[in-house]
Amino acid sequence: MNAQQLQFVPASEFKQRAAVAVSDAHLRSSFRGAMDFLIGKRAAQFPDPVLLERQRGLAEHIRKYSLARLPELLEQLERKLTENGVHVHWAENPEQANRIIIDIARSHSTKLMVKGKSMVSEEVELNHAMADAGIEALESDMGEYIVQLDGEKPSHIIMPAIHKTKQEIARLFAAKVPGVSYTESVDELIGIGRAVLREKFMTAEVGLSGVNFAVAETGTLCLVENEGNGRMCTTVPDVHIAITGIEKVVEKLEHVPPLLGLLTRSATGQAITTYFNMISGPRKPGEKDGPREMHLVLVDNGRSQAYADEQLRSTLQCIRCGACMNHCPVYTRIGGHAYGTTYPGPIGAIISPHLLGLAATHVLPTASSLCGACGEVCPVRIPIPDLLVRLRGEAQHDARPGHAPLLGQGAAKSGLVDAVWSGWAAMYTRPALYRAFGWLATRFRALTPPLQSGWTVGRTPLKPAKRTLHERMAARRVR
Amino acid sequence: MSARENILQRLRAAPQGTPPLPPDVPAFYAANAGAVGNRASRIELFCEKMAFWHGEVVRVTRDGWPQKLGELCKAKGVCSLLHSEQHAAALRATGMAGLRPYDRPIDGWKKELFEDTDASLTSTRGGIAETGTLILWPDANEPRLMSLVPPIHFALLEADRLYDNLFAAMSGQGWSGSMPTNALLVSGPSKTADIQVTLAYGAHGPKELIVLLIDAEEKP
Repeated sequence: MNAQQLQFVPASEFKQRAAVAVSDAHLRSSFRGAMDFLIGKRAAQFPDPVLLERQRGLAEHIRKYSLARLPELLEQLERKLTENGVHVHWAENPEQANRIIIDIARSHSTKLMVKGKSMVSEEVELNHAMADAGIEALESDMGEYIVQLDGEKPSHIIMPAIHKTKQEIARLFAAKVPGVSYTESVDELIGIGRAVLREKFMTAEVGLSGVNFAVAETGTLCLVENEGNGRMCTTVPDVHIAITGIEKVVEKLEHVPPLLGLLTRSATGQAITTYFNMISGPRKPGEKDGPREMHLVLVDNGRSQAYADEQLRSTLQCIRCGACMNHCPVYTRIGGHAYGTTYPGPIGAIISPHLLGLAATHVLPTASSLCGACGEVCPVRIPIPDLLVRLRGEAQHDARPGHAPLLGQGAAKSGLVDAVWSGWAAMYTRPALYRAFGWLATRFRALTPPLQSGWTVGRTPLKPAKRTLHERMAARRVR
Repeated sequence: MSARENILQRLRAAPQGTPPLPPDVPAFYAANAGAVGNRASRIELFCEKMAFWHGEVVRVTRDGWPQKLGELCKAKGVCSLLHSEQHAAALRATGMAGLRPYDRPIDGWKKELFEDTDASLTSTRGGIAETGTLILWPDANEPRLMSLVPPIHFALLEADRLYDNLFAAMSGQGWSGSMPTNALLVSGPSKTADIQVTLAYGAHGPKELIVLLIDAEEKP
């Protein structure tokens, strides 16, 4: 439970964090620069808009098809993996997931676990749970290594240390890595990380990774990466544990190429990453390397709540490319940390309410101007703006008849807001009331308060006109 | 009830509209993937893309590659070359020094592999022109770590085994019926852009990738 509290950021704090972030010129320029760069790189990969729409159509189809058959595909995946010699575990919540992993690590008397990039492990706060159990969980993706060294969390799902400058990283390495002196050379900084982490790959008993796609027909776990640390974590230690959300499964191997092609192009503007690692089992008799033992932990953690509703289910189509963040005007201005959740940006705003409940997250879907950029770039066509609006509503009212309440349903309900809207509805459906209000508002306009909450922070106060439009039109006609 | 049963039960309880038809991936590629063209243009595209990823492509002949590899090793100052049994004879014939076969399980010599092996040579199962990608199929003979740990990776690629795209390679070679414990696609040396979006090579894996492209039609 401790771990969950560390992740939990009260909803009210989002606005404070956002206010701080938005006035941090340095942070804003870091994000702006990086996001503009990624937007440009992505655009260059999709020169033909007609072809892109066909690709998105196929990717959306594959994801919807996979989700429609999710329970049977999960069982097929489990069956194939078990045949291949992989142990499959199921976890309903972070506590169960962490318990499974700690138990595996303990059964091997592990002191050190090296980790490849896994957002699900961040989501369940595995590192803290491992630390509490006396096992070091070391991040080995360069960006993740940097943020972990500084006691931070990732600010972007693809580029975890994007908020840091090389000078900050140089200072961090000089202070925290033994025997290292200050250098601003990116090549040297990466060289330092490489040297430290290679030593760890060699000695760690357990390696952990995420999963980008799990193929049911072959029992194959696919990993997308550029650095090679994912391969190290899944190949060098004696035990490999993969952790993933239940939604990542696809039926056939041939469903992977269309998704992979869109994932890397949407994420970093690469036609493919350096490594695409397809793992179907532990070391076989006669093979000279690879883990001797392999586990997969399938995590629900609120995903089945999204699954239960046909509209909200599309949230689970996500392949975690991060394009919605890169293109989000809100994310670009406040960065990932302001959200306080594992998944920031538009995808975070629509998935976090299922993982953490609306009580803690109802403000996140409001962190959007509904400009629609996220939905437009989503490679699997998740209607993100529609889902933002839907979740805003779910936070304001009780569950509709026939619908099970979401976790934290109606958490943002306010008697005042309800009353204002009822009044508004009454006025706009009764002409006499409408005219009476117009008459009062124009005649008593001098009473309008000069300070109007958020509106007057940067604008002049609103004040009704001297006469209503009806009155002015009537006066015109007379003339 | 177990976590497994609870999760599956929740998923099964969810309303299901009309299930979508299975996606027709082959038809999509047939209609939308522009064919790269003939063998020569496939080779050309592969070389161009591999160069984009900072991989080096060296054209060799079927008989001449060990000689060429020897020269490259010398030029790059390689003192130890990890190789598999299948290439042992060809390499020994060149009289190269520092040949090291991967002939025993990693557990006994991890430190030596990590700290004292300059380069490795592996074969490949083919390549992908569209993205400049090598297909690696590690097995007992050519284990997984060969293409990952040594700082320089030499890979032998048969020009006749180049496919237009990943889907063509996957279906052409019938992967779904024969996945090994670990199959890999490799496009260039290891890299990262995690520090200020600045690209740096040799993040955790090889710093250099050199493809020895065997083109049987090429005259020596």
